[in-house]
Amino acid sequence: MYKALRASLLTVYATIILLPCMIVITGAFKTDFEIYTKPLSLPAVWSFGNFRKLFVESNIATPFMNSVIVSAFSVFFTLLFASLAAYSISRLFTITGRILFLLFSLGLAIPGQVNIIPIFHLFVNLHLNNSLVGLVLVNIALTLPISIFILSAFFRDLPKEMFECAGMDGAGQFRIYRSIALPLSKPALGATAIFLFVICWNDLLYPLMLITETGKKTLPLVLIDYKGEYFASYSMQFAAILVASLPMVVMYLFMQRTFQAGLTAGAVKG
Amino acid sequence: MTSPARNSRNKKEKRILLWMALPAFAVYASLYLYPALSNLLYATQKWDGITKPEFTGLRNITYLLTQDDLFRKALGNNLRFMLVVVIFQTAFALLFATFLLKNSKTNIFLRIVFFFPTILSSVSVGIIWTFLYDPSYGSITAFLKAIGLGSHAPLWLGNESITLYSIALTQVWFHTGQMIVIYVAGLQQIPKELYEAAEVDGASRWQQFKGITWPMALPTTAVVVAYTTIQTFRAFDLIFAMTGGGPSYASEILVTQIYNTAFISQKFGYASAQSIVLVVLVLFITWLQRKTLRVNDGAK
Repeated sequence: MYKALRASLLTVYATIILLPCMIVITGAFKTDFEIYTKPLSLPAVWSFGNFRKLFVESNIATPFMNSVIVSAFSVFFTLLFASLAAYSISRLFTITGRILFLLFSLGLAIPGQVNIIPIFHLFVNLHLNNSLVGLVLVNIALTLPISIFILSAFFRDLPKEMFECAGMDGAGQFRIYRSIALPLSKPALGATAIFLFVICWNDLLYPLMLITETGKKTLPLVLIDYKGEYFASYSMQFAAILVASLPMVVMYLFMQRTFQAGLTAGAVKG
Repeated sequence: MTSPARNSRNKKEKRILLWMALPAFAVYASLYLYPALSNLLYATQKWDGITKPEFTGLRNITYLLTQDDLFRKALGNNLRFMLVVVIFQTAFALLFATFLLKNSKTNIFLRIVFFFPTILSSVSVGIIWTFLYDPSYGSITAFLKAIGLGSHAPLWLGNESITLYSIALTQVWFHTGQMIVIYVAGLQQIPKELYEAAEVDGASRWQQFKGITWPMALPTTAVVVAYTTIQTFRAFDLIFAMTGGGPSYASEILVTQIYNTAFISQKFGYASAQSIVLVVLVLFITWLQRKTLRVNDGAK
């Protein structure tokens, strides 16, 4: 009884997850008529026409590269700044260290989305709207608190003796950070990197607010544009979704564990 | 090493440590703390973003809390959206986590499948479900027609009374897998001996769940509920991609309304006031949840 129930519920759930994915993947290569009439069948002819149109007419390569640039720089600098700060917080046993930690924790309590109005005006004043640098800065600021939280928890769990021995040997704090703390925390850094990458790659709100120039748009923004532009053609929208999701999907296929670790680490205090 | 020498070295180390925290602190203070504080100032102003802001004190907040029907509607929507998603997402995640507890090959594979939507962007998920819900061509309608219920198919995203729940269903599809993974990690910490002892006593599966799994999993449930709650308050991307808050504000939640107030209606001061209410609300709800679930935990 239990076994049958379990098996059937698992099958139903797997179907509910996989069917929409199959419809999108096959749909990108079909005609719209085929999507409507035979959503579940394979395309009668595998057509790459939608993709050609996306790359030639809509120039999806530009937003793709913008997303790559913004995500890569955001993740790199967030990890760098967060790991330095987290190391410092976990080694500073003074009032200053406590205050720093409390200040960063404040960022966990205030949802970043409520800052959209002041950030918008600040960035317009600094001419950082319509700029990829601006997006990178926003991403760093928004994801620093949670990254510091995850990494400092990890640093605090590392055996203290290791740091003390290195200190005795005359190694300075920066060298201990670089040659002991960082190498030991590769799994935590990897999980945090994936977590940040997914956030930056998928974010809509801040680009929507800050970017209006076509040449500076990121993928989620142009997906919204295509939804209007190609509202009559789901096959085009599906093709765009495939292009926009491909890097994540490929990475997920090779690193499911890191994804699962990273995207649940944020939950500890999301 | 003599004591003064060690002292001066300690001081130097501390200074280096502070320097290491500086880049993060500089970015965070200027692009997070400062905006959060200036938000308080904006909230006391009437401002269209172009002309000089006019100081109006607490008028924004009082109007918001006492007379703004649209804001009340968005607040109500947000709370309903939260309740529905939290209840179903947590229940499904717990159920499927108990199914997938053992690290067998099939279970690990199924966890990977169920987790998959989490890596997609809200915009992609929104577009996929806009298609599924499409009244003429969508797969859900097609499915209902195939089993003879076609005439009952509602306008999933066009009918004011169900739009919000249609989006809630999408959100549950989107993030249940993530919560399953959190639950599996939590449930695997429960000592196996407890279940073995219960089995010896002849406890049924349901009794084991009620007596062992549920109370032992409460801390994990607290995490899942808190995270899901935050996600429902942040669901801007998904709602923007699916309905933009419509039809006639039926799927408007607080963040989408703040966005519209600021960037469509150009009322920046008023939008800031709304966002402050949002912060207070989120803080209050997470505090309430933590308190409730901790009390339960202690009373078990």
